[in-house]
Amino acid sequence: MTRTSPRFAPDTVRAWGLLFPALAWTAAFFVLPLVIMAVYSLWKRVGNRLITDVSLQNYENFFAKSFLFESLINSLEVTVLVTLISIILAYPFAYILAEKVPERWQRMALILAILPFWTSYLVRSYSWLLVLSEGGIISNFLLDAGITDEPVSFANDRSATVIGFVHFFVMLLTLTIYANLKQLPKNYRRAAADLGAGPIRTFVYVVFPLTLPGIMVGAFLTFVLCIGDYITPAILGGKRELLLPQTIMLQIERRSDFPTASALAMILMLVVSMVYLACARWLKLDRL
Amino acid sequence: MTKPAVEFRDIEMRFGDKVALSGVDLTVNRGDFVVLLGPSGGGKTTLLNILGGFLEPTRGEVLIDGKPVTGIPPAKRPTTTVFQDYALFPHMSVAGNVAFGLKMQHVPRAEQDRRVGTALAMVGLDHLGQRRIHELSGGQRQRIALARALAVEPSVLLLDEPLGALDMKLRRQMQNELKAIQKRVGTTFVHVTHDQEEAMAIADLIVVMNDGFIEDKGKPERIYLRPASRFTADFMGESNFIDGKVAGVSGSSVRVETPLGAFDIEGEAAPGAAVTLSLRPEHLRTDGGGDRSLGRASVLESGFFGTHHQCTAKLAAFEVPFKARLPQRETVTPGTEVEFSVDLSDIVLLTR
Amino acid sequence: MLRNLPSWLYAALIYGFIFLPVGVLVLFSFQDSRVPIPPFNGPSLRWYAEFLGDGRVTDALLNSIIVAFASSAVALVLGFLAAYALARHRVRFSSFWQGLLTAPLTVSYLIIAMGLLITFNALGIPKSLLTIGIGHVVINLPLCFAIVYSQMGAHQANMERAARDLGAGEWQVILLITVPMLWPALFAAFFLSVTFSWDEFIIAFLVSRFDVTLPVEIWSMLRTGLNPKTNAVGSFVFLFSVAIVFLLDLVLFRKKPA
Repeated sequence: MTRTSPRFAPDTVRAWGLLFPALAWTAAFFVLPLVIMAVYSLWKRVGNRLITDVSLQNYENFFAKSFLFESLINSLEVTVLVTLISIILAYPFAYILAEKVPERWQRMALILAILPFWTSYLVRSYSWLLVLSEGGIISNFLLDAGITDEPVSFANDRSATVIGFVHFFVMLLTLTIYANLKQLPKNYRRAAADLGAGPIRTFVYVVFPLTLPGIMVGAFLTFVLCIGDYITPAILGGKRELLLPQTIMLQIERRSDFPTASALAMILMLVVSMVYLACARWLKLDRL
Repeated sequence: MTKPAVEFRDIEMRFGDKVALSGVDLTVNRGDFVVLLGPSGGGKTTLLNILGGFLEPTRGEVLIDGKPVTGIPPAKRPTTTVFQDYALFPHMSVAGNVAFGLKMQHVPRAEQDRRVGTALAMVGLDHLGQRRIHELSGGQRQRIALARALAVEPSVLLLDEPLGALDMKLRRQMQNELKAIQKRVGTTFVHVTHDQEEAMAIADLIVVMNDGFIEDKGKPERIYLRPASRFTADFMGESNFIDGKVAGVSGSSVRVETPLGAFDIEGEAAPGAAVTLSLRPEHLRTDGGGDRSLGRASVLESGFFGTHHQCTAKLAAFEVPFKARLPQRETVTPGTEVEFSVDLSDIVLLTR
Repeated sequence: MLRNLPSWLYAALIYGFIFLPVGVLVLFSFQDSRVPIPPFNGPSLRWYAEFLGDGRVTDALLNSIIVAFASSAVALVLGFLAAYALARHRVRFSSFWQGLLTAPLTVSYLIIAMGLLITFNALGIPKSLLTIGIGHVVINLPLCFAIVYSQMGAHQANMERAARDLGAGEWQVILLITVPMLWPALFAAFFLSVTFSWDEFIIAFLVSRFDVTLPVEIWSMLRTGLNPKTNAVGSFVFLFSVAIVFLLDLVLFRKKPA
């Protein structure tokens, strides 16, 4: 910066003035809480008192107490499973929307396909409860079809949580993959065909590799949103196994143990950051 | 006896109610560099897409190497295309792109490598094989697209305004290179452009297209100097047009009555027909040496273009000012009076 | 057409999967008996009448609307000003500020909620609609900033330069040039924020006490098990979100000449 003329000063002041409110808000209500949580995670709660001696006790407890550590493993298992199933279901669907549906119907088809996306986690999970619970739609259908003799319940276990999640993330991934497919220049496909590739090889060598970024972006969002969600497992998952957000809520609601909850939150953030770095690295490597 | 590389027979293309091509007949000889030239919407790209197999004509037949190709998809045609946006695959290396067509033909690996090397060497980029596409400049991408299309040794190479995205200087340089490469490989090239200078620089045969028809076709000199229609004369650079009527015909000479008097021009026209005389600006002489004087004119505007002065000048007897090119060393300013004369053999008689 | 039959079947299956729960939700909101499971007897509007007659639910509904619109307005103004500053002025470390402003997008709402809860407790700030609103600005500010920033292209910059050249001051440029040119982005950012705030549960749950929003009210209704009244409220929440999405679509995309 060689220009230090005073003409620049008012401009700089004005820019900081415009930027300040947003930065202040983010600092006060996002950064500060995270810092406080980080500090809390080093403290301890004994009985009803907060012990402000700094230690890594909470983190040690995480690995020592099996139900805490297991909840992370459960969360990772569920999240990975949900991400994979969602990609497998969403890709062909997005492809059909982008390639087979006539152009003038596409927008409508897409809006419809992601309509329930816009309703809250809470209502969506409750809706699945209606479908999966004892005496619900599926149970009723199986009874009518004579497959079972008694009402059956599919709710309150891991598969119900996975179904609830997959429902949401199929819509999300459909959106990112569809967007990726639509922004591929038409000439890529024409060039592949022109050089002798049939529809299948055009897909395998050209279309699919070029939609990997869309899959990755969707998968990353799925991972982040899925591993941090409390509602879906709380409503659909039952009490037998807990996911990490449920254990965190348990510390807050039942035990008011903010130090442990903070440590768990830090661990959750760490996991997400690692996945983020891996994704960013992959996307960058892909571009080189 | 060799069959022509490409034959279009009575091609018609409709998109709904819109007629994009109609009654197109064209034969392209093997090894020719053909340029389809015309304004956008003229049908040239549609014709190229029909040849590449990306569109099926609503009527007519296309033959490549004497064989009809109706219904054969692009993948199975002996044509390859250099696309306007190059359409180089961003997730593959340069060599991967060039090898793609060979891989699709299941050419053995060693043979692939050899032919990729040859193709890259031909465009002078054999050192860039491992680069990614986004690391290349516009001119390099253009060359890689050409190498990729030529690597599979097509019978006919199609080029869809391949130089459109390049700046003027690079464009002129690539024209020369394209021409040189075409002469070296001997492949038939069909090239689409709307730039008439580009067309003249590279073509063996120019096909002027307008409104879905072929307006004119021939060698560049012929198209420029003896255009077959007013559209062609106008599109291929500047021209002055003088409307007139055929007063009489004697032998191969036609007498045309115009506001500037009668002209006896070589050509064919029916007595009484309305015709147009076309005169290129550079054929207007001010040295008094022409066959026929057009009278005195007063210069309205003039600009110095380096090689010449570009002016408009008004003749007393003619309403529309004439465009003229006056010699570099002449002093021309608005208001200057000049005496125009012309060689009758430079005037072109246009009947449409 | 027949060649594509597997495609259509697959699409129908996924559409079925996507709409099954929502369909069941809405259908059984018209149930005439006390449980929202088959057999369906109805239709009846009694559960809608019940929920509209329930003061707690209507209060929560009103609270939700207030919080959604107020927090979205604040998020939009802050996000717009920050985007304008970073896109149009030379600011030191601008990519760092950009990263900071969008960082909340990558952090789980649960963690944001918990951080706010601990902070408000530590600072002695009482939990109220205001604290919920503060939390919703935290999650929507990055969204508004990112949407507006991405739309501030070079094209607008030239217009702004032209306006300045013709003598307009900073605020005149913002109000007469930037805002009108960006209005589709501003509109989209605002209503997306409204839907996000409207649907948000965990922050509203943790940082509220007596005044709650609709999702928190629904949460407590869930404790009583399956109930057609919950269906009615849930259907209402869903239709509200859908209405906003269609409004966005209508205003932003349909008006353009085809």
